[in-house]
Amino acid sequence: MPDRYHGYDVMAKRDTPSWNDATRQVMDARLAIVDAPQFLDQQAWRTLRALCDGIVPQLAGPQARVPIAAMVDRKLAKDRRDGYRDARLPPLREAWRRGLTALDAAAQARAGTAFHLLTAAARDALLEDMHDGKLDGPEWDGMSSALFFRERVTHDILAEYYSHPTAWNEIGFGGPAAPRGYVRMYFNRRDPWEAVEAHSGDEAPP
Amino acid sequence: MSAASVHALHDALYTPRGAHGRAPDPLRVGGWVPMREYRDDEQVDFVVVGTGAGGGTLACKLAEAGFSVVALDAGAWWRPLEEFASDETHQEKLFWTDERICDGDNPLKLGNNNSGKSVGGSTVHFAMVSLRFRPEWFKCRTLLGYGVDWPLDWREMWHYYDEVEQALKISGPVTYPWGPKRPRYPYRAHEVNAAGWVLAQACEAMGIAWTETPLATLSAPRGLAHPCVYRGFCVTGCATNAKQSALVTWIPRAVKAGAEIRDLAMVGRVEVNDKDRATGVHYQREGRWRFQRARNVVVAGYAIETPRLLLNSADARHPDGLANRSGLVGKNLMTQTNQGVYGVMVDEIRWYKGPPSLTLTEHWNYCDEGKDFFGGYAFMSQGPLPKAWASTQAGNRGLWGGALLREMQQYNHQAGFKIVGETLPQERNRVTLADEKDQYGLPVARVTFSLCDNDKALVGHSIDFMTRGLQAVGARDIWAEADDTCHLNGTARMGDDPETSVVNADCRSWDIPNLWICDGSVFPTVGGVNPSLTIQAIACRTGARIKQMATRGEL
Repeated sequence: MPDRYHGYDVMAKRDTPSWNDATRQVMDARLAIVDAPQFLDQQAWRTLRALCDGIVPQLAGPQARVPIAAMVDRKLAKDRRDGYRDARLPPLREAWRRGLTALDAAAQARAGTAFHLLTAAARDALLEDMHDGKLDGPEWDGMSSALFFRERVTHDILAEYYSHPTAWNEIGFGGPAAPRGYVRMYFNRRDPWEAVEAHSGDEAPP
Repeated sequence: MSAASVHALHDALYTPRGAHGRAPDPLRVGGWVPMREYRDDEQVDFVVVGTGAGGGTLACKLAEAGFSVVALDAGAWWRPLEEFASDETHQEKLFWTDERICDGDNPLKLGNNNSGKSVGGSTVHFAMVSLRFRPEWFKCRTLLGYGVDWPLDWREMWHYYDEVEQALKISGPVTYPWGPKRPRYPYRAHEVNAAGWVLAQACEAMGIAWTETPLATLSAPRGLAHPCVYRGFCVTGCATNAKQSALVTWIPRAVKAGAEIRDLAMVGRVEVNDKDRATGVHYQREGRWRFQRARNVVVAGYAIETPRLLLNSADARHPDGLANRSGLVGKNLMTQTNQGVYGVMVDEIRWYKGPPSLTLTEHWNYCDEGKDFFGGYAFMSQGPLPKAWASTQAGNRGLWGGALLREMQQYNHQAGFKIVGETLPQERNRVTLADEKDQYGLPVARVTFSLCDNDKALVGHSIDFMTRGLQAVGARDIWAEADDTCHLNGTARMGDDPETSVVNADCRSWDIPNLWICDGSVFPTVGGVNPSLTIQAIACRTGARIKQMATRGEL
């Protein structure tokens, strides 16, 4: 994937008027999250990490790997719910516990191996089937794999990834903005504290 | 960094602030203002449940009319200048994230979508779009052939819209393209961002009118608040107080006029005596159940918590819940459809800058020709933050993996429009009680919602029209969002007949004369505009009517 905002780093604005103290505290805490589970057991943790790799394939590169699985684990540890739940799904923690167990069982049934040991191609094929609702079995205990995929897997994993500065850099988002916001609002106008986009063809190589 | 400092940002969730004779002043760092206090056993004139667009506004109007008022809110009393981060995840603290169970053909998404839990309610995170109803909607059955007539007259409402627009210093266009004449907006319109200009150009290409959106965010200084700085985090809470939420407008006015606001106070039950008079409310604060005595009770918890409380207050004399002679408490839940159409522009748009909807068109609210459905819709320019945008791409478009990451890289070139579309009242769409209990030990709400054929036809029309609009301005990779909704209304409708409505035009319940309901629940229909301005106008009217009735000894 081309690097459209080469050299842009939201964190460079940490000590500018774009960040207030509250934002600094929140982001410091987020960036200090250790890539290890606090809530899930080891087997579920390995499955979740592999699942995150499938949903957000992070590039090898100088930028630090975003500990998405640990961020999801913390959501579960705090039982941070959304305020609504599709009646066909169990509550947050139970949905994840059941889904991760069932995914591992599906990998065992198909390839005779744990989910986290699947090749990327086999893993993605399994995810495609989960997206299409084709996975079932006693481990799912009546929970629709398609619903789990949509309401929990992509919803929770992407919410964590796009809460991380690395993701903001990737898409050229301005990031935190208070008390200073923006001045230049029109087409193709950019404040000096916004990301510079490479012209097509000028992107840094992947 | 320290975990302790982040914890301090959540302090308001654990320690009540409206106490000891003072209230936080959200407009001054570390500031406090004196606040009158009442004892639980003091019979106040009004206890108000909820402090959002309905309850916050009415508490202010009642206190200013000289009534003794205690207003209770389940949520926290925030200090935006100190405690609001520029962060979608952290700001989840503003939302009602207690469990609710959703079913039906189109299970609703609540929480950050439309449900606040703060002093100020959902106005703390709303998108500030402040629109008047089309006058005909108040008589939509008679004049337009669908839904049910309101017991309110649009000319009277026009007067209360004026009052709210002044109270919030709404910024808006010099002339509004649709509907009867209205006064100049108090503050000038905001500068339009690129995302807003895409809508303007699309409307011009399609031959319809557009306008700058009337918004409840300052375009000039007001008191201690600065004008909007276009930071774009509006729906996660305004950290600079430009947003004219109830938290920084009606609530400070209410406190100044002598109302007491109690934060972190969850009401679980309205008590009614054997003469069918409400006597007060049971509420939990600091882990303890208490009872506030009152001559009148106002329920203003929005379209889910209001019916939930009325149903949870069932007693031997009212086995189906309070004020429910009609059987309509909890029924006729209306959301608004919120489908979008998106495309990629050659130009840089950078739609994260500024309030998310700086331009809009109400063409299809006011034009009745060429429609194969009843009702109307507005559509508005968009500016989702990254997390919300990823959620749309995954949840609605089914993208994940490399395909999603590549699509997300188009973020700064995206533009799109979203509707606020009318849904029709249907009794099968309703709020009931589930078996599960929440942290207060109260049964949680079960929310059942299904679109009807008319709702789907409206969505289809809008997607077709908006798609052609985006095509006309050269967008590529255009796609339509299949499923999104916003706003909640209609579970305790007002009307002229006790058999077919829960409250009368004054928001007074038919069954229990000193029980009032004042929020979006009372809407008989929803129209195609965001409801907050109308909720506040109804609250202003209710406040004025109560004052009149008290003078005449009719309370």
